[in-house]
Amino acid sequence: MEFYHNMSNIYDLIIIGAGPAGITASVYAARKRIIFLVVTKDIGGQAAWSGDIENYTGYQFITGPELASKFEEHMKKYGNNVREGEEAIEVKRKDNIISVKTNRGLYEAKTLVIASGKKSKELGVPGEKEFKNRGVTYCATCDGPLFSGKDVAIIGGGNSALDAALQLIKIAKRLYLINITPNITGDPIMQEKIRESDKVTILNSAEVTAITGDKAVRSIRVKREGKEETLPVQGIFVEIGLIPNSGFAKEVDRNELGEIKVDCHNSTNVPGIFAAGDVTNVPEKQIVIAAGEGSKAALSAFRYLNQSR
Amino acid sequence: MDRKVRVYSTPSCPYCIRAKQFLKDNNVEFEDIDVSLNPEKGQEMIDVSGQMGVPVLIIDGKIIVGFDKESIRKALGI
Repeated sequence: MEFYHNMSNIYDLIIIGAGPAGITASVYAARKRIIFLVVTKDIGGQAAWSGDIENYTGYQFITGPELASKFEEHMKKYGNNVREGEEAIEVKRKDNIISVKTNRGLYEAKTLVIASGKKSKELGVPGEKEFKNRGVTYCATCDGPLFSGKDVAIIGGGNSALDAALQLIKIAKRLYLINITPNITGDPIMQEKIRESDKVTILNSAEVTAITGDKAVRSIRVKREGKEETLPVQGIFVEIGLIPNSGFAKEVDRNELGEIKVDCHNSTNVPGIFAAGDVTNVPEKQIVIAAGEGSKAALSAFRYLNQSR
Repeated sequence: MDRKVRVYSTPSCPYCIRAKQFLKDNNVEFEDIDVSLNPEKGQEMIDVSGQMGVPVLIIDGKIIVGFDKESIRKALGI
């Protein structure tokens, strides 16, 4: 049931994204009784992909998927104004109306909160796209168990790469940790555990140049000290960090990382467009921060609507 | 209506959890196969779907990769 019926087809507010920031924005918007719509690729955002969460106030321990479903319940308590499975493609502002084009439709609103978060960075090497889900994966927690007894490569040297390695030590036969920098940067406590395992070969200052195979991944090509070598692997876990989902907001100012620049009211350079959470340049990417920023952005949008009435 | 629905999943994959929740919300009974506990079933999933990502749903013989709500609806006729 659409709780808030939209007469004019112009919403007061559109929220892009339903992670901690977007969902919190929707709760605040609903409580202010403004007519709004949430368009989102998924529910829960990166929080849903987190393992154990022990720093979200009020929950001493909760898993990512559990917290995500709590968020969803809270959002849907106020009605189902959510279009899941829709990805924003383009955002434009003309004559005080903001249009949001998605893979499924076109929507218009007076204000917009961009809370589209971040996604896994890709390697950008030949074979990566072709073998995605055919050995190349970006979620060790999800797909790790499919590589039982197989040889795998983990790309990266930060905490997420080490976390993937620690999960895979229990599952895979042999692991290569391929790290582009001279040293692993992840937490020493995790490094120690990895070094204890005789299954793991760490290759530092190593760059992936290609992924090859037939029906599935068969090997990875790695360049190190000017020499290229081919390592036979069946699984490749890419854990090289995140990039903001901000490519659709071309008129909005972004920093060198692609993060949307906001002020302390979550305003962007475009009037009526606000942003919140990991997609912004706000320091520290945390669930609790994203949630707080989402509420601020919704309240700023509400204030903007009142002023422009 | 009697349908044969099978879900290949892992416990910690958010899209698996959402896919199963979607089936439950629509009162669809399904067989849940945890491939992390059963590597042979994991291989079976790879063989039938031709790919190595979870979830995989098989609805009356139709293979759906990932939590693709529209395709799931279509296959279920809901």
